[in-house]
Amino acid sequence: MTATNEHGLQKITTIIEQNQTLPGAMLPILHAIQNDLSFIPSNALPLIAKALNVSKAEVHGVISFYHHFRTAEPGAHVIEVCRGESCQAMGSRTLEEKIKQNLSIDYHQTSKDRQFTLEPVYCLGNCACSPAIRIGDDIHGELDLQKFEQIIESLNTYPLELK
Amino acid sequence: MNHSPSDDSTVPLSATPLASRKIFVSLDTTARSRGSDKVALQVESLLNSQPELAATLVRNGSRGMFWLEPLLEINTPKGRIAYGPVKAEDVNDIINLECFEDVIDHPLCLGLTEELPWFKSQQRLTFARVGIIDPIDVDDYISHGGFIGLNNALEKTAQQIVDEVKDSGLRGRGGAAFPTGIKWQTVLSEPEQQKYIVCNADEGDSGTFADRMLMEGDPLVLIEGMIIAGLSVGADQGYIYLRSEYPQAHDILNKAISNAKTAGYLGDNICGTEHNFHLEVRLGAGAYICGEETSLLESLEGKRGLVRAKPPLPAIEGLFGQPTVVNNVISLASVPYILSHGGDSYRDFGMGRSRGTLPIQLAGNIAQGGLVELAFGISLNELLQQYGNGCKSKRAMRSVQVGGPLGAYLPAEQWDTALDYEEFASIGAVLGHGGIVVFDDTVDMAAQARFAMEFCEVESCGKCTPCRIGAVRGVEVIDKIINDKNDEQQRQDSVDLLHDLCDTMEFGSLCAMGGMTPFPVRSALKYFPDDFLPHPSTKKAQ
Repeated sequence: MTATNEHGLQKITTIIEQNQTLPGAMLPILHAIQNDLSFIPSNALPLIAKALNVSKAEVHGVISFYHHFRTAEPGAHVIEVCRGESCQAMGSRTLEEKIKQNLSIDYHQTSKDRQFTLEPVYCLGNCACSPAIRIGDDIHGELDLQKFEQIIESLNTYPLELK
Repeated sequence: MNHSPSDDSTVPLSATPLASRKIFVSLDTTARSRGSDKVALQVESLLNSQPELAATLVRNGSRGMFWLEPLLEINTPKGRIAYGPVKAEDVNDIINLECFEDVIDHPLCLGLTEELPWFKSQQRLTFARVGIIDPIDVDDYISHGGFIGLNNALEKTAQQIVDEVKDSGLRGRGGAAFPTGIKWQTVLSEPEQQKYIVCNADEGDSGTFADRMLMEGDPLVLIEGMIIAGLSVGADQGYIYLRSEYPQAHDILNKAISNAKTAGYLGDNICGTEHNFHLEVRLGAGAYICGEETSLLESLEGKRGLVRAKPPLPAIEGLFGQPTVVNNVISLASVPYILSHGGDSYRDFGMGRSRGTLPIQLAGNIAQGGLVELAFGISLNELLQQYGNGCKSKRAMRSVQVGGPLGAYLPAEQWDTALDYEEFASIGAVLGHGGIVVFDDTVDMAAQARFAMEFCEVESCGKCTPCRIGAVRGVEVIDKIINDKNDEQQRQDSVDLLHDLCDTMEFGSLCAMGGMTPFPVRSALKYFPDDFLPHPSTKKAQ
C-alpha cells in the first residue's frame, strides 16, 4: 500500500467528517477517498478505523474484498476491459490479449510512462454492443484493435491551450 | 425510406407549433458508446446557430434498438419520426429537412418510431416511458402517466397495496422469481419498527442491461415503485444499491431523486400526507456477489460482502437487523403499473405461473441487439430470429446462454422453449434476469465451461468451501479434461470427477454463486461434448 502526504491526509479527514454519521458509512467514505485521490492510501486506514469504531484489519478487509478499490496510485487513465460472456461472444478473448500487447502490460499493471492501468471488469452493461471497455466514466463498445488504438492515441494527445 | 407528413393529414409539418418542436437524442450508455453525445452536441450547435428552428433538444433514454443508435427523433403532428444510425455530420441535413420540407426523403429516415415492427410488436408496461420522456423531468413523467400508481396507493391501506401486488402475480425479476407480494406481506406482518426498502441494482450478469436502461431512461418509475413499497410495509427509508460499473445511471438517479424531492414526492410528508420516504443511492464496488441479497445487505452495512446464512430471511432480519424488502429494479419498477392499472391487468399477460411481462435483453453475437419487453410465453427461437435477426457475424448460431454467467448454455434443439420460469426449470435451465447471450459456431464450449469456474473463483465471497475451493478445483479438472491427450481412461475419470465436483457445489454451497456455477459447466459438457475432446481442431478437420 502507498501512503499519501499531509495534503492528502487533510482531504481524507474532511471526507471522513462529512460521511461518518451515515449508516453504513464505510463504502461511501472509501469511494469518496478514491474519487479524490485516485486510490486509498495506507495512512487513511487508522483514520477510518477510528472514526467508524472498527479495527484497521476490518477496514483493510473491506478494501481487499472489493475489486474496485485500489491501494496504489494508478496511471493517468484506468482502462477496464470487460471479460463477460457477451464480450467473449464477440471476440474479447483475442482482443484482451492484443490490448495487453499493445500496452505491454498485464491486468493490474501500470504502463512505464504511468499513462495506463489495465484492469479486468465483469460486465459494463453494454452487452448489445460487445466487446466493451471503460476508460474513466466513458464506455466504448463494438471495439476492435483499430478502434482501441484510436482511443489510446486521442488520450495521449494533449490539446494545446492558446491564450 | 421517405415519408410525406401530409399524406393523410391536412396539417403540414411546418404548422407544428414551433415552441413544442423537440429533437430527441439518447443519453443511454450504449447509445453514448455509439456516439450519441457527438450527435447531441451537433444538434445543440445547430439550434444555437439557427434560432429560427425554435426547437429544444431532449436527452432521453433509449428505445432499446441499439443497432439504430444514435437514434435521432423529431416530434411531428403524426408522431415521432426516427433517423438512425445518425452521425454528427448528418444532423444539419436531417433537421433542416424535417423543419422546412413537406416531403422528406433522407436515406437514414426510418419513419414513425412507434410503427417500426421491432418496437410496435412489444408489450411495454414497465418500459412504457423509457426512450420517450426526459428521464429526470418530473412534469414529463406525470404527463405520461407517472405517479398515478402512487396516488392510488395513497388511497389504500398497506394491506390493500400488498394484496394488489399479490393479485398481479409479480415474481422477482432479479432471477430468483420469488413472489413479490409474499415478500412484502412478510415485512408488513412484522411489528411496527424501523423497516427498509432496498433496491438491488447490482446488475452484474453479463448479457443483462434492463436495469441500467430503466434507471437511465425512466428512473422516476423506480423511485415511485420504491415509495409504494415503503407505504405498503411501513418503511420510511430506501436505498438503491447500484453497481459502480454504471456511472451514467448513478448520475441520472441522483438527479431524478433530487427533482422528486423538490416536487414533494420524497422526504417528509410526501404529497402532503403524513407519510415519509427518504431515498439514497449507494454504490457497490465491483463485487459480483453483492447481487446476492444478503451479501448486498452486508455491503450496505459497510462490510465485506459475505453471504449470510438464511434463515433469518432479510424480510425479518435484513439491513441493520431490521425487516427489509430487497427487490430487483425491474420488480420495483413494475409496481407503479400494477397500482395504476390494477393487479388483474398485469396478471392478464403471461403464461402459467409466470405473469406479466419480462424485459428481455438480446446480447452477444446478435445482429439486432437490444431490449424487448414481452409477455412471458414467447419462444427463444422467435426472439433470436425475428427480433435478433441471427448472428452479428452472419455465421451459424451454435449456443445461447440465458440468465447470466450462472445460466445454462442451450443448444439449438432447446431453442423452442417458451420463456417461462417453469418451462426453463424443466430443461435444467434458468430464465434469470432475462439476459440472452448468443454465440456463433466459432465458440469453444470447453473454454466457456472453464470460464464459468474461473469466474466463480474470482467472484466467490469465500464464505463456504464448495464455492471457494470448488471453483479452483473446477478450473484444474477442466484443464485436465481438455489437455489429457493420451490416456482416454484418465480423461474419463476427470469427467466423472467434474460431475462429482458439480454435485458438491450445487448441493453444498450457501448461495447461487457456487450452487449454480455447475449449470453452465454441465450444460456445456452435456450438449457440446466434442468440444472437450483433445485436439478439437483436428477433429473438426476430419
